[in-house]
Amino acid sequence: MSENHENTVRPIGAASDEWPLWEVFVRSSRGLSHVHAGSLHAPDATMAVRNARDLYTRRNEGTSVWVVPSEAVTASDPDAKGAYFESAQGKSYRHATYYTKSEGVKHL
Amino acid sequence: MTTQNSGLHAVAAAEPAEQAELDRAGQEHFDRIIAEDSRIEPRDWMPAAYRRTLVRQISQHAHSEIIGMQPEGNWISRAPSLKRKAILMAKVQDEAGHGLYLYSAAETLGTPRSELNQQLLDGRAKYSSIFNYPARTWADMGAIGWLVDGAAIANQVPLCRASYGPYGRAMVRICKEESFHQRQGWEILHELSHGTPAQKQMAQDAVNRFYGPSLQMFGPPDDDSPNSKQSMAWNIKRFSNDELRQRFVDMIVEQAAALDLTLPDPDLKWNEERGHYDYGPLDWDEFKAVVGGRGPCNLQRMQRRRQAHEDGAWVREAAAAYARRTAPERAPAELIGA
Repeated sequence: MSENHENTVRPIGAASDEWPLWEVFVRSSRGLSHVHAGSLHAPDATMAVRNARDLYTRRNEGTSVWVVPSEAVTASDPDAKGAYFESAQGKSYRHATYYTKSEGVKHL
Repeated sequence: MTTQNSGLHAVAAAEPAEQAELDRAGQEHFDRIIAEDSRIEPRDWMPAAYRRTLVRQISQHAHSEIIGMQPEGNWISRAPSLKRKAILMAKVQDEAGHGLYLYSAAETLGTPRSELNQQLLDGRAKYSSIFNYPARTWADMGAIGWLVDGAAIANQVPLCRASYGPYGRAMVRICKEESFHQRQGWEILHELSHGTPAQKQMAQDAVNRFYGPSLQMFGPPDDDSPNSKQSMAWNIKRFSNDELRQRFVDMIVEQAAALDLTLPDPDLKWNEERGHYDYGPLDWDEFKAVVGGRGPCNLQRMQRRRQAHEDGAWVREAAAAYARRTAPERAPAELIGA
């Protein structure tokens, strides 16, 4: 991906007196993955976890919280749009429904 | 600006040479997403006016939540029981939380939190005019919960489907929590209206004072709301101000009857033909005065906000200093503090 497209316009770190930004992930119950809940500002990781607890789990929404510095997230190029994910198209043989001979046969 | 690889947030412009082509393709993609009633996400191309409108709307909404803590915060120490204090504290904490959800949604559009905060402190940003009315009695906590939060819910439920993803997601969280706010307010009024005659009168007074301003929370009438049309075309707004106001009036008439209280509007009556309640004219001159800074509490609310910000400066500085000092033991903090 081109660096020009990936510049964030948010100030992070020493360039501003603002606390850095963190992304918050919450596991709603045992057996489920952590899911992105939102973001918050905090001076360090410990405070970010505490703030995340207060902000995103006031009503038993979580059993575990992750915080990740926002700038540590690397994402696919937004300009790639569909093309980047199209490789799976036309490969219907990746899906069980492609195989029809076994219709009517149980437990298959 | 240094190169950042943040995958979740707004992106800056490309080289000028590529810009025209990117804008054309971007607009096409944007139009298709809106036509499909799908969602725009932070790193998608979007028209500058769409971005501006959203930053203004979402941050004003966030400011309203933050200022909205004041009328109720003032009553925590005077709430009539330990239970009511606990409930009110939870509610005020929710308002703070709602403000923070919304600020983080606004930030994904590329305006930093510090800038949004500064706009509020400088008086450059607006917030909902309802919070410039005083909360005079305990019954006002009931009227605010029932009518003000009720109007907010009527406004906000359709915003859960707003075309901008982070805004809609913030609204989903907020709406879940608002229903507790509205019910606890209704219950405060119910207890008062079934108490002594003086308590019932206090409840009626509170409803009388908050009825008009809560109907004005939906904004000016449709023929005097120039931005509504564009917001609806962008699928940010789903219903017009007057549609939402009508929906709210239709709901609260029965709720008022269940409280055994009246709504202070002599023109309020069922219109068989329309299938809705008719209601009387609202005082839009007053609305404009309060929005323009001349409401009963505008000055007090702003002073209090600035004072709270200044009083908290040492906490912010201490936390930042501590984070710097302990950074070597905390790899993530060191990374982002660099």
